[in-house]
Amino acid sequence: MGNINGVALTVFIILFAFVTVLGFVAARWRRGDLTLLNEWGLAGRRFGTVVTWFLLGGDLYTAYTFIAVPALVYGSGAIGFFAVPYTIIAYPLVFVVMPRLWAVCRKHHYITPSDFVRGRYDSHGLALAVAFTGILATMPYIALQLVGIEVVLAAMGITGDWPLIIAFAILASYTYFSGLRAPAMIALVKDALIYITVIVAVIAVPLYISHTIGNGGSIMDGYSTMFSKIPSAKLFLSPKVYTAFATLALGSALALFMYPHSITGVLASNSGRVIKRNAALLPAYSFLLGLIALFGFMAVATGVKPDKTFGAQFAVPGLFLKVFPDWFVGFGFAAIAIGALVPAAIMSIAAANLFTRNIYREYFRKNASDAEESTVAKTVSLIVKAGALAFIIFLPAQYAINFQLLGGVWILQTFPAIVFGLYTRWFHRWALLIGWLVGMVLGTYMAYIQSTKVNAHFASSTYTLHLGSLTIPGYAAFYSFLVNIAVAVVLTIVFNAIGVAKGADHTTSADYAEEAVSVAVA
Amino acid sequence: MANEPTTGSKGKQAWYILLIIPFVATLWMPFYAPATLPAWNGIPFFYWYMFLWIIISSVLTGIVYYIVK
Repeated sequence: MGNINGVALTVFIILFAFVTVLGFVAARWRRGDLTLLNEWGLAGRRFGTVVTWFLLGGDLYTAYTFIAVPALVYGSGAIGFFAVPYTIIAYPLVFVVMPRLWAVCRKHHYITPSDFVRGRYDSHGLALAVAFTGILATMPYIALQLVGIEVVLAAMGITGDWPLIIAFAILASYTYFSGLRAPAMIALVKDALIYITVIVAVIAVPLYISHTIGNGGSIMDGYSTMFSKIPSAKLFLSPKVYTAFATLALGSALALFMYPHSITGVLASNSGRVIKRNAALLPAYSFLLGLIALFGFMAVATGVKPDKTFGAQFAVPGLFLKVFPDWFVGFGFAAIAIGALVPAAIMSIAAANLFTRNIYREYFRKNASDAEESTVAKTVSLIVKAGALAFIIFLPAQYAINFQLLGGVWILQTFPAIVFGLYTRWFHRWALLIGWLVGMVLGTYMAYIQSTKVNAHFASSTYTLHLGSLTIPGYAAFYSFLVNIAVAVVLTIVFNAIGVAKGADHTTSADYAEEAVSVAVA
Repeated sequence: MANEPTTGSKGKQAWYILLIIPFVATLWMPFYAPATLPAWNGIPFFYWYMFLWIIISSVLTGIVYYIVK
């Protein structure tokens, strides 16, 4: 792997340059005053169904998804497929919950979930907790997108920090300039590339398998042969891990839309109906994800070896190098790298929105003008990306992976405050805050104590609960989430009984309803 | 605002139940994880069942969308 793959790299650079141009051109798309935070950070809430589909798809299905899910399947088998039920159940949740968040945020000009929590519960503490958690959970996720770029560059023979720094600098400049419009526009290209790459791969790889390993035959024969090459222990889920699998799927689904970048994608839409339509249409990406997960098995079946530096993460790059001609390798790798840029941009914008609105304006400069807010957000977005880059350059990738694992645990703890808040004011703000804190600490602890020979801490995201004679392995985030809720319920009852002040609710129940479409009023 | 058609929207809320089906179908592992379930064209049940449910839940969401519109 010491030699540079010239053809692949050329194709890669051409595509990368193309999206860079788009990133800058995007500033003019559906023009708005980019000195306003609402325009820079939420593209003026103008996006319709199609653009939202691309934006959310680009948001949720990241380069890290395309590298890490197959890597998990390659290394551990069936359990890696939790990603499929996870995305299956996420969408009904989005369908029901997100339009309410959209409506109340639109009505009150809220830009972040923390804005909403502050307005609903009249609690600065709770709003700060939500903002802080959001920023914290987003950082490693950005770092891991850079790892995704690193892996594909290395697969083409490009190693070292400079290529990554250059990619980062390019990303940072057009994000600064165009805001959310940049990743939205690039998402269109990214998805085209990803869909083409995946569709070609799911046809070509089984044909490759059936002709090299099997007895020649059709695509289906290739799949059959592929599955037959996977050892039973990897191919099937052991009943011992049923609960781990189900809680991983459920916990991840609940957490998915608590991430700031998901919420940013939702709030940028122009109506609740756009969100509902997308809940029905985005599963196309789930299908894609399922196929991508199969790449992990394809890599096993074709004999891809784990890489010295990147280990199982090399499953997809290795598979492409083995099966495809160089020019398509460049195409596929560009798809993955661009697939890193879109979410990295959105994530940094979302984190910047949170910091600017809910920390900077809230605690430092209450009377900040719109222009000042926008400038601060642009700067923070830059700092966040630079921080992620530094993390990847100076620390082992395993740290970023552990941090990401924790990020998933942490972000789920904001679910009660945000989602329950969309439906009821029953919970007491202090009870929610304490519940959040308990969930954060407990979840972190549960993940920390997971230990194997390879990793002394954070070896796994599942915690084994012992109830009498039963052992129930489950996702640490989910268990701590349940405790979080229990604490919030108990303390709400206690605080209401003692008479601790609940604060004022700045929202009304009508705010959560979809704007009246055309209710027939004579 | 004053005279919302009550029967229409209340009746329609019931259809949201459809959205619970994917949860049950994909989170209750004994439905689809056992290795003994029938494979299809060499693809184990566990895998083709998941792909099928991506399509079914998308259709269910689409149905609910049209009904509650």
